[in-house]
Amino acid sequence: MIPATFDYEVADSAEHALSLLAEHGEDAKLLAGGHSLLPMMKVRLAQPAVLVDIARVGELSGIRSDGGELVIGATTRHADVAGSDLVRAEVPLLAYAAAQVGDPQIRHRGTIGGSLAHADPSADLPMTLLALGGSVEITGPAGVRTVAADDFFAGPFETALSPDELLSAVRVPRGGDVPWGYQKFVRRANDWAIVAVAAYDGRVALANMGGTPLRALGVEEALRGGASAAEAAAHAADGTSPGYDFHADTEYRKHLARVLTKRALQGETG
Amino acid sequence: MEIKLTVNGTARSDEVEPRLLLVHYLREVCGLRAANVGCDTTSCGACTVLLDGESVKSCTVLAVQANGRSVTTAEGLVAEDGTMSAVQQAFRENHGLQCGFCTPGMVMAATSLLAENPDPTEQQVREGLEGNFCRCTGYHNIVRAVLAAAGKLSGAEASSEVGA
Repeated sequence: MIPATFDYEVADSAEHALSLLAEHGEDAKLLAGGHSLLPMMKVRLAQPAVLVDIARVGELSGIRSDGGELVIGATTRHADVAGSDLVRAEVPLLAYAAAQVGDPQIRHRGTIGGSLAHADPSADLPMTLLALGGSVEITGPAGVRTVAADDFFAGPFETALSPDELLSAVRVPRGGDVPWGYQKFVRRANDWAIVAVAAYDGRVALANMGGTPLRALGVEEALRGGASAAEAAAHAADGTSPGYDFHADTEYRKHLARVLTKRALQGETG
Repeated sequence: MEIKLTVNGTARSDEVEPRLLLVHYLREVCGLRAANVGCDTTSCGACTVLLDGESVKSCTVLAVQANGRSVTTAEGLVAEDGTMSAVQQAFRENHGLQCGFCTPGMVMAATSLLAENPDPTEQQVREGLEGNFCRCTGYHNIVRAVLAAAGKLSGAEASSEVGA
């Protein structure tokens, strides 16, 4: 499968990338690792006229501390997030989640910003950012704005990003001692979650239980009221409207959400 | 556009269309046929090559993305005198293949895995090869081969499974 033709531009700075986006408008797409975009281009679901390669922009990559947060450049690869001593010590949930994305080859190419901007409701990192209560930095013609994860995911593969903006960094709270859990249910190696759950400090997020990653607000409320993990997890599917496919129907997904939430709240990984 | 890169240690310069996939560049422009196009959807790993020493699926990389970088295919693991790499030899000695279609990708994934983790457990090898499918299901001997390449198995143990 071969993508439709496009022009290829290499950005040498974030500012350059923005000017290329301004020049080409909605016909342009940003390319970093390409592990969400290129598969869509190969099946012609995406046919951008221009690709703006931001993978060589140094200022968009890397991991640093900033007060109570870690700041992770958008083009930082999953392998580098998963393998970072800083992330493993300060935000172990994020390091674990990054190691669950795809497979080693995919983690050598795919980036944290790309995964979040792609906003697949079944993906690992959008759900994880929600559970962490993190945020994204968005750079655009008017400067930098910060959008909380709760406000970023707008629909299946839709976010708060405008076509002339660039997701430039990800912010997550430091908290190496905060209890967390992660559960991802798959039938095949190297697949997206049928359902997945991330729990962090009383926040619980679900993947593939609707058109966006979702907070399990009923679970969180029950936890605040003193409920046990098992009692709170009974609310995991409340208000969700998961889809169905040959892996699982909606009732089975709701069952999975409850079971996986209980395990995640107990600090289990898998 | 013109790309300049190193392929199996040799500097090259080629004029390519931006949409040319790395696997097609390697097979059709460079004439290196080890990397196979299997699923063509980033799943099966038959097209795995090393980009700056790390495993990637070359069906999901544009040739232009490799501009200025170094690519290694299974052909590039063989020394000039024909000596195979330790991983390649271990696959041969442990019969780590059946039909052979997945083998170049398996060898490259294993090479990258051992570069990152020279002393893996069996479980780490199995998880580390998660991105490579063997549709003959010959996984046991593939895992044995990777462990053998890591020095985890003695020669006698490693070869006892051959043909089993």
